[in-house]
Amino acid sequence: MVLARIAQRSAQTTCTRAASKKWGKFNWEDPFDLESRLSEDEKMFRDSFKRYCDEKLMTRIVQDNRNNNFDRDIMYELGELGALGPTCPAEYGCAEVNYVTYGLLAREIERVDSAYRSALSVQSSLVMWPICAYGTEEQKRKYVPDLASGAKVGCFGLTEPNHGSNPNGMETIAKYDKATDTYILNGGKTWITNSPIADTLVVWARSEAHDMKIKGFILERQWEGIETPTIPGKYSLRASETGSIFMDNVKVPGENCLPHVEGLSGPFGCLNNARYGIGWGAMGAAEACFHAARNYTLERIQFGKPLARQQLMQYKMGDMLSEIAYGLEAALTLGRRMDAGTASSSEISILKRKNCQTALDISRTARDMLGGNGVQDEYHIVRHMVNLEAVNTYEGTHDIHTLILGREITGMQAFVNKDN
Amino acid sequence: MVRVAVGVKRVIDYAVKIRVKPDGSGVVKDSVKHSMNPFCEIAVEEAVRLKEKKIAKEIVAFTIGPKQSAETLRTALAMGCDRGVHVNVDQAQLDALTPLQISKMAAKIAETEAADLLLMGKLAIDGDYGQTAAMTAAILDWPQATNLYSLQHNGDSATVEREIDGGLETNEIKTPAVLSVDLRINQPRYATLPNIMKAKKKKVKAVKPADLGVDVAPTLNVIKVAEPPVRAAGEIVEDVDTLISKLKDAGRI
Repeated sequence: MVLARIAQRSAQTTCTRAASKKWGKFNWEDPFDLESRLSEDEKMFRDSFKRYCDEKLMTRIVQDNRNNNFDRDIMYELGELGALGPTCPAEYGCAEVNYVTYGLLAREIERVDSAYRSALSVQSSLVMWPICAYGTEEQKRKYVPDLASGAKVGCFGLTEPNHGSNPNGMETIAKYDKATDTYILNGGKTWITNSPIADTLVVWARSEAHDMKIKGFILERQWEGIETPTIPGKYSLRASETGSIFMDNVKVPGENCLPHVEGLSGPFGCLNNARYGIGWGAMGAAEACFHAARNYTLERIQFGKPLARQQLMQYKMGDMLSEIAYGLEAALTLGRRMDAGTASSSEISILKRKNCQTALDISRTARDMLGGNGVQDEYHIVRHMVNLEAVNTYEGTHDIHTLILGREITGMQAFVNKDN
Repeated sequence: MVRVAVGVKRVIDYAVKIRVKPDGSGVVKDSVKHSMNPFCEIAVEEAVRLKEKKIAKEIVAFTIGPKQSAETLRTALAMGCDRGVHVNVDQAQLDALTPLQISKMAAKIAETEAADLLLMGKLAIDGDYGQTAAMTAAILDWPQATNLYSLQHNGDSATVEREIDGGLETNEIKTPAVLSVDLRINQPRYATLPNIMKAKKKKVKAVKPADLGVDVAPTLNVIKVAEPPVRAAGEIVEDVDTLISKLKDAGRI
C-alpha cells in the first residue's frame, strides 16, 4: 500500500515533467552531446590541436604514407604545442593537462593517421611517463624536458622477436659490473615504434643484480653496441618509423636504471597509459572513416540517386554512428575515472579492445562503401583500414585483452596451461 | 617600447557552411561553430611578433561581444597578449552594431588603455564591411594604414606595405597609428597547451558600452537576408548575332 502511494506520488511529478518535456536537437556528429560534458579548457586544448592536425598533418599524410616516410619535424611541432607527454608535470616542461585532454588530443591526431598517434603515444606514455613514474629526480631533469620539446625522440623496448604477447618470456639480459656500477645489456627487441630515429631508449630486461626480475633502463643513442635497423615491407602504419633494437654488450651506467619499479608492472603501467590514449584515438580514425563514407555516398550517384539514399548504406552508417557514440562514452567515462584516480587497469582493456575492433570494422565497411575508389589512398579510408590492423594488434592484441577480462570475470587465468 | 591594442571578434567559423534562417531575419548561429575572425588572428600574431622583437612592451586584446566572446579573448591571450578588455553586449546587440559604433568603442579603448598602436584585421568575415580601422583612425585623429602586407615599426614612425589592386604600395606613417592587416602579412601561431593554461590567469577587464560613452541602440534595420539566387543554366547560341539579340532581349545591353 505504502509503495503504491510512493509510486503514485513520484509518477505525478514525472508525469508533469514528461508532459512539458521538450526533446533536444539531434546532432549526428555528436549524438550524445559529448561536447556539453567537456570543460572550456578541454575544448580549447582540443580545438587548437585540431587546427594543427588539419593544417599541418592532414596536408602531408597522403605522401608520407605512400612513401613510407615519418617527418621527424613533426616531433618538434608536437613538442612546441605541448602535446608530447601532455599529462606529465609542468616542472619538466610539460603541459600537465588531464587525461580527458590527452584522449581528445589522441582522437584528433588519429583522425589524421594512426601512425602519428603512435608516435605521440610512444613518446608520451611509453617513454616520458615511465621516467616520470619510476625514475629519479636526476633522470627526470636530464631526459624529460628534451623529450617534451621534441628535441629528443624516445622509444620503448619491451617486445622481442620471440616474446610478444608474453613479455614475461623476454630474453634480454642485464648483467651487472659492481666495480664500475655498470649494467651490460644484451638482447634484441622488435616492432619498436621510433627506434630507428630514437635518441632515448627505455629498454626492459631481466636484471641479474635484481634476482632476474625485469627492470627498466634508459639508453642513449650514441652508446656503443646499439643498432636500430628499420623493419622493411610494413604495410601498416607506413608513416611511422618502426624498427628493432639490437644490443651488443651495451654499457648502461647504474644511474640509468629506473629504480622505483620491478617486474612486469613497470611496462604494464606504461602500456595501460598508452592503451587509454589508443581507446580514444581509435574513435578518431573511426570517425574519419564514417564521415568520409558519408560524404562519398551523399555525392556518388548510381541508379539515378545518391548512394546515401540506399537502405544498405544507411544501415551501415547507422551502425557506425551508434558504435562510435558508445565508444566515445566509454572513453570519456574512463578518462574522468583516470583523472579521479579511481580507474582500474582492466577497464582500460575493455576500452582498448572494443574501440580498436570497432574502428577496424568501421574502416572495413567504409572502405567497401566507396567501391573501387575505396582502395585509393587519396580517399583516405584504406589507409586507416590497414593502420587499424596494427592498432588492433599492438599494445595487447584483441585476444589478449579478452583473456585479461576473462581472468577478471572468472578468477581463472587462461594465458598459460598451468596454474600460476 | 609601445603598448599595442588589438581588436578581436568572435564570428562563425570560416569553414562552416552558412545557412539563412527560414524567416529571412539572419543566418543560423545556434549550435554553429564560432571562432576568432581569421584576420583578427593575423592581427594578434603581428602584435605578438612586435613584443618578441622587443618593440612592444604590452599587448592588450579587446573584444566586443557576448559572454562566449571570452573564449575568443582567451585565445588571443593564449597566443601571447598580456591582458584583455571585454566589452559586454548580447548577441542580438552585437549583430546590430555598425562599424561606426564599434569604431567609437575601439577609439575609446585605445585612449583608456593608453595604446600607442591599434591593430586589427582588415575586415570581419561576417559583416565584411572593412570600415572599422579607417573610422577608428578618423575618430582618434591618428594616421592609418590598412590592408597591410608588411609592417616595420621605427619608433615614432612605421614603414608599411599595403596590398592594393595593382600590387604593393609602400607608405611611411607617423605613430601612434591605426593599422589593419591583410592575409599575407604573417602565419598565425597555434596556441600551445601550456599557453592556453597560462591564459586563464591573465587579467580581463569587463566593460559596458555606456562606460565607453557609446549608445548601442540599433541604427541599422536589417529587412531581409536571403541566399544568393541559384545559378541558372547557361544557353549555347549559334552565332554572335543571336548572342547580341538575346542579350538585348534580356535587357543586358
